[in-house]
Amino acid sequence: MLGRERALLVLEDGTVYRGYAFGHRGETVGEVVFNTSMTGYQEIMTDPSYYGQIVCMTYPHIGNYGVAIYDMESNRPYVQGMIAREFSEHYSNQRAQQSIEELMRDHGIVGISGIDTRALVRRLRSGGVLKGVILHRSVIHPDDPLGDFDPEEEQACVLAALRHPDIDGRDLTPEVTSPLPHAFPTLHRGKRVVLIDFGIKHTIIERLAEVGIEPIVVPAQTSPSQIMALQPHGLFLSNGPGDPAVPRYAHETAWKLLGLLPTFGICLGHQILGLAVGGRTFKMKFGHRGANQPVKNLLTGRIEITAQNHGYAVDLESIPGQQFRATHLNLNDGTLEGMVHARYPVFSVQYHPEASPGPHDSRYLFDRFVEEIDAFDGATGLPVARAKSLI
Amino acid sequence: MPARSDLHKLLILGSGPIQIGQAAEFDYSGTQALKALRRLGYRIALINPNPATIMTDPDLADSTYLEPLTADFVRLVIAKERPDALLPTLGGQTALNLAMELDRDGTLAHFGVELVGAKADAIDKGEDRARFQEAMHGIGQKTPRGELVHGTDQARGALERFGLPAVIRPSFTLGGTGGGIAHTEAEFWRIVEQGLQSSPVHSVLIEESVLGWKEFELEVMRDLADTVVVITAIENVDPMGVHTGDSITVAPSQTLSDVEYQRMRDAAIAIIREIGVETGGSNIQFAVDPSDGRTLVIEMNPRVSRSSALASKATGFPIAKIAALLAVGFRLDELPNDITRVTPAAFEPTIDYVVTKIPRFAFEKFPGAEPWLGTQMRSVGEVMAIGRSFKESFQKALRSLESDVRLGLAELNDRELGELLRPNPRRIQAVLEGLRRGWGVDLLRGATGIDPWFLWQLAELVGAEAEIRASGDPAAWSAAIWREVKAMGFSDQAIAELTGSDPTAIRSLRKSQGVRPVYKTVDTCAAEFEAYTPYHYSSYDLEDEVAEAERPRVLILGSGPNRIGQGVEFDYATVHAVWALSELGYETVMVNSNPETVSTDYDTADRLYFEPLTFEDVLNVVEREQPVGVLVQLGGQTPLKLAGPLSQAGAPLWGTPATAIDRAEDRAAFHALCGELGLRQPAGAVAKTPEEALTLAGQLGYPLMVRPSYVLGGRAMQVVGSPSQLQSYLTSVYKNLAGQPSLLLDRFLENATEIDVDCLCDGRRALIAGVMEHIEAAGVHSGDSACVLPPVSLSAALLAEIEASTVRLALALGVKGLLNVQYAVQSGQLYILEANPRASRTVPFVSKAVGWPLAKYAARIAAGQSLDDLGLHSPPAPKHYSVKEVHLPFLKFAGVAPQLGPEMRSTGESMGIDALAELAYYRAALGAGQRLPRSGTAWLVGAGLEEVAGDLRKAGLEVSEGEPADAAGALPELLIDLTASSLLRRALEGGVPIVTTKEAARWTARAILAASRCDLQVTPLQEWLS
Repeated sequence: MLGRERALLVLEDGTVYRGYAFGHRGETVGEVVFNTSMTGYQEIMTDPSYYGQIVCMTYPHIGNYGVAIYDMESNRPYVQGMIAREFSEHYSNQRAQQSIEELMRDHGIVGISGIDTRALVRRLRSGGVLKGVILHRSVIHPDDPLGDFDPEEEQACVLAALRHPDIDGRDLTPEVTSPLPHAFPTLHRGKRVVLIDFGIKHTIIERLAEVGIEPIVVPAQTSPSQIMALQPHGLFLSNGPGDPAVPRYAHETAWKLLGLLPTFGICLGHQILGLAVGGRTFKMKFGHRGANQPVKNLLTGRIEITAQNHGYAVDLESIPGQQFRATHLNLNDGTLEGMVHARYPVFSVQYHPEASPGPHDSRYLFDRFVEEIDAFDGATGLPVARAKSLI
Repeated sequence: MPARSDLHKLLILGSGPIQIGQAAEFDYSGTQALKALRRLGYRIALINPNPATIMTDPDLADSTYLEPLTADFVRLVIAKERPDALLPTLGGQTALNLAMELDRDGTLAHFGVELVGAKADAIDKGEDRARFQEAMHGIGQKTPRGELVHGTDQARGALERFGLPAVIRPSFTLGGTGGGIAHTEAEFWRIVEQGLQSSPVHSVLIEESVLGWKEFELEVMRDLADTVVVITAIENVDPMGVHTGDSITVAPSQTLSDVEYQRMRDAAIAIIREIGVETGGSNIQFAVDPSDGRTLVIEMNPRVSRSSALASKATGFPIAKIAALLAVGFRLDELPNDITRVTPAAFEPTIDYVVTKIPRFAFEKFPGAEPWLGTQMRSVGEVMAIGRSFKESFQKALRSLESDVRLGLAELNDRELGELLRPNPRRIQAVLEGLRRGWGVDLLRGATGIDPWFLWQLAELVGAEAEIRASGDPAAWSAAIWREVKAMGFSDQAIAELTGSDPTAIRSLRKSQGVRPVYKTVDTCAAEFEAYTPYHYSSYDLEDEVAEAERPRVLILGSGPNRIGQGVEFDYATVHAVWALSELGYETVMVNSNPETVSTDYDTADRLYFEPLTFEDVLNVVEREQPVGVLVQLGGQTPLKLAGPLSQAGAPLWGTPATAIDRAEDRAAFHALCGELGLRQPAGAVAKTPEEALTLAGQLGYPLMVRPSYVLGGRAMQVVGSPSQLQSYLTSVYKNLAGQPSLLLDRFLENATEIDVDCLCDGRRALIAGVMEHIEAAGVHSGDSACVLPPVSLSAALLAEIEASTVRLALALGVKGLLNVQYAVQSGQLYILEANPRASRTVPFVSKAVGWPLAKYAARIAAGQSLDDLGLHSPPAPKHYSVKEVHLPFLKFAGVAPQLGPEMRSTGESMGIDALAELAYYRAALGAGQRLPRSGTAWLVGAGLEEVAGDLRKAGLEVSEGEPADAAGALPELLIDLTASSLLRRALEGGVPIVTTKEAARWTARAILAASRCDLQVTPLQEWLS
């Protein structure tokens, strides 16, 4: 116990945190963010939206209940690195098959423990998101892993962090989207929905399937005509990483399909809808990442406790012609959490109604999507005509 | 929806005397609610006979009734106050049951009183086991298979179906009273019968056993707009089978994955909606089969509870306060989160630390009671600790307990140690000891059912112990090693023990490496938002969050876990000190480890440190805060015993100096002082060995009061009448005492009347605040004796002598604050028994009886004010009588004779006020839970009860004297038994009021007679004191 391999977390502003090496031995660089959810580290690690980010879990014990194959949000962890006050060496849960360290080692995820994570969070809260580097001592001193780093080594990390490209201004969806279209195995037939995969979480597909939808997942760059060729009854725009303003092709696809299909967007999908109709997104200081964000549903007045993971938000005011109106607001800071199109059955939420991890308060949105699809089936031919012209 | 404007006056029911299962947490909840509701402009009437609570302070409600929590008295209050609504969810099971009774008998409807917070049907659905099960099955939740039975025939059927072990839960009882787990058929029948008796509706639920399953509790809140939030999940380290009040618990849950936690959260939300608790908090318990994750709903409490108090302290979310505001119409999103100010209360707290709660027990006071734990709660208090890891939090909680439960475990052989893996107060220590002996996690898991994650954490602690021991001289440790060790929660004391050093040396070595704790903030949001509430805990991290103070600070030390002998009275005194010093312009800093209390509400002091009350932890806070004063005299023995060490370490102690405390506590010095002042003491001596005790006893003569030199609540105190009795004390009691302390022998004054005096002194002048005459004779611990203020049987001359002696003593000791003196009067002669220069447990009672806030005055004196500054010139002279009666927990300790003695065993107290002393006694007795009858039969067993029999007959009772021929037959309405017969236990279990001393019998009979001759009215405290 006493005396473990040393590791560093260095932020681009020069702040240095000294802790212990965990997970895959190595070095990593990314945008450092924090998540306040007390459970769900595995879902967070395997959520493609975290691509390019090093995640600091604010709950101090991570790994307690191990890792269960059923709880993967994608086929592998996408986080760039993990930070926790303490990772449990031993786990206990009847559903688990391996420890978090095994998962990290299997997939090359570098971690650091033993740092003052609360101090880090306060730093990010006041200064905004920063890039950072995790470096394990054995990378540069394989023969002396227990020793201290010297100042030059720390300084080198600061430079590495500074040199690393910002997420702002980058489209990361190509890194995480499926290479080929594929159908999700389900018994449901009939309500076919095309899911544009910007880094989709597995639970979203499951939730859609659960409400009777036949999900077809397509790569992010699939064209509107390719999508319509699949003869869908609905369109879903998924979550995903990166700066939402960059993937123009996605905005264009959403714009071209607007009104043709009942459409539901989550997180990045919500932002893309906003951008598609001419609105703007902005980068938040440190984003919303956690499982306790209160959202007010303006249609019912009820409060939903929601899971969130976003660093950008849609500026509703910037959308020309009041094409969308707000349906959900964040009670903590008043940011837009959900919107609906003024004319079409198109709606989206910034937060994660599929949760995983997080509360299930907003699952009704999936039912609502099905209702929109059902209602749309009987609609007039106008959209269908437009659809034909596209093909 | 803002607050309802159609309500003007609200009635709130408290929970009565502190008892096992219903303690200070309801003072905390009630006080929060009162403050919040009055701020909204509601008029509040409160009924609670417990004087030791903050909530019953005259300035917290508009009218405060220190009246019994019985339907009759509540009806009188309702008739007088005519409230618009009754809020029944803040006073524990007592208030909830009472509200249900008043609803059923039509009182509420008759007076047009609306139940707010929870409707009668929701309460019934949540509490009635059969309805609850049905409701759960209706929403697809599983419960343990079980059957509600009303008699033994039905119970036989249930036994055949579910087999053993079986769980037996009586309906509508408090803390599981009368229930248990039956492993054998004999146990089954014993518990079923006991359960049927203790259930007010004579039914018990017999259930399949889920022993050893993982146990979780969710604290849920709902508002009228149907928004539901979960405040926290609490995981029990002790698995199913041990009452959650007796379990070590942690928050948040540690071993549930998100999938499992969310499933439980979904269930909890569905349950609160189905049961129909419209607003406020509920506690829902779940059991999870560790082998396959199968989850069962165990029970729900549709009210604030001990767990909700814990959850509030653990997260910073004030459940009771918010519950009260929701009950009058607010929605969660309309209420701000006090801590962040900018975010609403409609959210779920997330925390970035681990909270551990450990209960504190008092089995040593109940010889004869087996210390095995089960479904009936028997702990008397609890501690909570916060750390940045489970290990740190757990070790802080262990040392907060202030009881060396480790003692002697190392000497046990493996078989004896193995026995202690069954649920008992020392189990976690036995687990640690087992790990030290190399017992594996698998073995311990099998024996205890404790989840392996916790066992691995403990194993890592034990591994660290070995490493520390092996690491040799701590002088060679680097700062990094120090941090690692301290971050695991090892105290300097523990490191000293492991390395063969002493704590002072360890402290200075550690500090020389620059390793000292920083203080983090409890903020409900894991630092996502800025926190404005200085609620702190220590950790060995890097960043300190304590804001620099703007005003001079005073540190007030709390009293730690409640225990018999040191209860909520001391919390009361420390809270008053906080308020008084705050009024004087100081920034107040509270240090305490008890989650149940008002003192650990972040709203009480300007700054709250949730820390163990050990020398190291307190000194760390002193060093961080640099206070101008430290107050140790108001929190009982716990802070008082830190006076010497803190003073030596340079902490600026306020109030009575440590030397005066020593002088009063050191027997020889005190004896000399009494001699100088001409105060008569009973003859006495100190013996260093058992042999010497026998010799000295022979010289002093019998009977003698014998006790160890340190004493709290009469621990191991006995009256011995002969050498053979002393011999048996030495061999059976003394032998088991830790450290073989010196023994104090005092002549015991037979049939003497005891007197308790509380006095205020500023060093120049002293004033008597109250003189209490004990009702039970000397020999019964003063904490267990009823008393009356002012005295009724003392001559004016004697009273004058008492006052003069007390004043002399206070001035001679140099008291600056409070002094409590105990006297005995035998044949007109006054003897001084002891003096305590600190707040005593009678402070809240006297404060309420005479209308002087004694603890506030004491704090102001400690801050340098004089009695003149306080405008106090002559002792108060109340025109009414106040009686204090006690609540005894005998019912919870099977096999213990319900007898009073020199060892204190009461857990709480009640107060009655009336112009007639007898009627004040009547109210106090009822308030303490003694249902004194107005008709029916009284059995009188014992000699010299002729007058008692006469009074009872005059009151209209049928009296039967002598032991009844058919002792197993129907029970009477009142049992007076001076012979300690086995009848007492039976009557106790049958809910019959019992009286065991001649003096109490006389008072009881006179009280019943007086009550029978008048039409009882109720008067609020504010009116008595005006």
